[in-house]
Amino acid sequence: MSKLILTVDDSASMRMLLKASLTAQGFRTEMANDGVAGLARMHELTPDLLITDINMPEMDGFELIEAVRKVHAFRGTPILVLSTEFSDDKKSRARTAGATGWITKPFDSAKLGAAIRRVCP
Amino acid sequence: MSEELDEIEAIFFEECAEGLAVAEQGLTAMLAGNVGKDVIANVFRAVHSIKGGSGAFGFNALLTFSHSFENVLDEVRGGAIAPTTEVTRAMLAAFDVLSDHVAAARGVAATPVDGPMLAVLEAILVNKGAPSVAASLPPETGDEFGFSPVAVELDGLELDPFGFEPVQVALEIEPDWRIRFRPSRAALANGGEPLLCVREVERLGGVVLSVDLAGMPPLQDLDPEDGYSEWTLSVPGTVAEGDIAECFDFVAPDSLLEIARIPNQTGEQACAPTSAPAASDPVPAAPAAEQTSPGTPRVVVTAKSPDNSVADVVAQSIRVDLSKLDMLLNLVGELVIRGSILSDRLAPADQERVELPELARLTREIQHNVMSLRAQPIRQAFSRVPRMLRDLCEATGKQVVLETSGEGTEIDKGVIEKIGDPLTHMIRNAVDHGIEDAAVRLANGKPAQGLIRLSAEQKGARIFVRVSDDGGGIDRARVRAKAIEKGIIAAEAELSDEETDQLICAPGFSTAATVSSISGRGVGMDVVRSNVEALGGRVDITSTPGEGTSFTMVLPLTLAILDGMIVKLAGQRFVLPLANVIETVRPELGQVRPLTPTSEVIELRGAYLPIRRLTDFFQIAANDHRKPEDSLVVIVESDKAGHIGLMVDTIDDRREVVIKSLDQNLHPIRGLGGATILGDGSIALILDIDALVAATGLAAKPNLKGIAA
Repeated sequence: MSKLILTVDDSASMRMLLKASLTAQGFRTEMANDGVAGLARMHELTPDLLITDINMPEMDGFELIEAVRKVHAFRGTPILVLSTEFSDDKKSRARTAGATGWITKPFDSAKLGAAIRRVCP
Repeated sequence: MSEELDEIEAIFFEECAEGLAVAEQGLTAMLAGNVGKDVIANVFRAVHSIKGGSGAFGFNALLTFSHSFENVLDEVRGGAIAPTTEVTRAMLAAFDVLSDHVAAARGVAATPVDGPMLAVLEAILVNKGAPSVAASLPPETGDEFGFSPVAVELDGLELDPFGFEPVQVALEIEPDWRIRFRPSRAALANGGEPLLCVREVERLGGVVLSVDLAGMPPLQDLDPEDGYSEWTLSVPGTVAEGDIAECFDFVAPDSLLEIARIPNQTGEQACAPTSAPAASDPVPAAPAAEQTSPGTPRVVVTAKSPDNSVADVVAQSIRVDLSKLDMLLNLVGELVIRGSILSDRLAPADQERVELPELARLTREIQHNVMSLRAQPIRQAFSRVPRMLRDLCEATGKQVVLETSGEGTEIDKGVIEKIGDPLTHMIRNAVDHGIEDAAVRLANGKPAQGLIRLSAEQKGARIFVRVSDDGGGIDRARVRAKAIEKGIIAAEAELSDEETDQLICAPGFSTAATVSSISGRGVGMDVVRSNVEALGGRVDITSTPGEGTSFTMVLPLTLAILDGMIVKLAGQRFVLPLANVIETVRPELGQVRPLTPTSEVIELRGAYLPIRRLTDFFQIAANDHRKPEDSLVVIVESDKAGHIGLMVDTIDDRREVVIKSLDQNLHPIRGLGGATILGDGSIALILDIDALVAATGLAAKPNLKGIAA
């Protein structure tokens, strides 16, 4: 069974782009369009990896990561941030919240795949 | 993949349009003095999204500009720059340039000159607010001859001022890399797994030389979440340092990581002095990379030759002006008609001789292909909904989750464009009137969050687009009271539940006691219904009190072609949409009976169905009361009234007809959906079954079984 990846992003084109890229690389993907929906989908799917945007309405990426990490079952689930932001400040905030890694948009499909391999056995 | 990308790109531009609208609205509000956190955050998010997508699609000019704009917005959002009128005006000007950039990326405008604007944004950023005059008027624009700088795009040219081709210098000996890696405790937190980093290095050709386990405590003292081991790896010297560093990108900053070349044995200085970071690397330098000792020698990284990949990336789609497509569709329609005329005029033997059947087959195939060009996934119409729903939730304070399905369902582009407004209103209606307030929901034992399902599916030649909510359902008593009050129905009218629900779509109806800012914008469900009906569709409403309501738009798959049955009425030919036809019956004596002086029923296998004489309806030869035994009854299925019988004189043919609209020349005529040109060149009118049934007042029960008993 291939890895199940939940991606959370409020932009439909970004979700589709991610889906196209991930599906082409053999991953199964599910989508959510904001943090609230993302958290609900986490519980519903228990994916192997969570990829989330930072700037989203409702619940942003930092809040989502914190909320996910509070759930015992998700303590070890790798979480990658995929954002256009790249300041060290934001990255360290993400790490504190519980993110495993950070990828900066725009992403390159191959690098995304490599990044996933680095966190998801 | 390429088609898919085109589609995603199209959606990105739609999002850009939405984002620009949001940004403009927000900036205008800011200029008017509303500098609330939400307003600024909305503008920021809109510009941020545009930036994100522009990078993904390689619109670099747009990316650069939106990035600068976003930086300013970020500071305004964070409070470092006050949104003074001056700053807001500058941002509105930047917004205009951003719009131009989006248009340029879409290919509908030239790339705007953004140098001066970028300078202003930079000045705002540097001065924490004041767009300095000096910066806003860079020397180029101050040119006394009035020249403005023109952006010159040199596609495919590297920034090489001397025009030299980059030369790949094969370095004779590149000493191997030696890596020391000791993950910290933090590297194992957050789901991190240092071992995977080591695996990645191995993928680059690296080899683990040794693992130092000296720090490993006895088992009873071992903390499984701490790092104890230290790896030493060797990587071939040809691998770029950036690629190695990237493997350790996610490792905690406090881990030990050293990447260095083994001192060169021959003493030859192998490395070029002009070191450069890895070209076009979207992943910024990792903290780990910064830990390499400053004296570490580096190599020049030359970009991979793209030659071998060029062949794979061939464009598989082109953009076509929609009007050209419509012209093609129209011409093919004419071709089909001419084909039918030929087949009518030629004897079967002659048809074979000139290979007409083959020509007809090819024509049909062309027609189908052209039609499919116009079909697009309904996703486009759906993609706007989540954003709108978010706004609605904000405005109403209700919590709603959206579930969508069937976004891939393909439907004519013309239909997609026209269902946008009805869909918007149906969603608004569902949020405003359907979903209850969280408190009410909780009191009724429902989750506080409401649910709206948006789905599309194809059934036969129709597309069903459904918006259903899990709200309180239609309050029929209130609807009825309101309809009586508005004079839509008589006080003593007896209506079924379905008929009561349909009142919502009656012109001039609105149940909202207080007209809300959302649904009460002068567009009622009646407009939804008339819009959908104009497309040849209809709106179905089903509602269960306490459980929710669902509105279904039933739409034709295409606006251009109809599978029809040609029937004759008093010598004139009409087209019945075959999708509605269930069966045809030649009535026997006594099978058709009058029920009242103006209505008749047909007995069919023990059940009675209402019958309508179309000659009466259209008042053609109305006095010639043909005997039922000499007529044919076509049993049609109407979505509004179930099965009913239509009495016609004869059935002539069955064929695909090209629908020609009557709207251009005539007022809408009840019972007629359009016209077509038949094979002999004559014109036949197309019947609109639903309108016929509704107009006859037969919109009653699906089956009048009770009468037979």
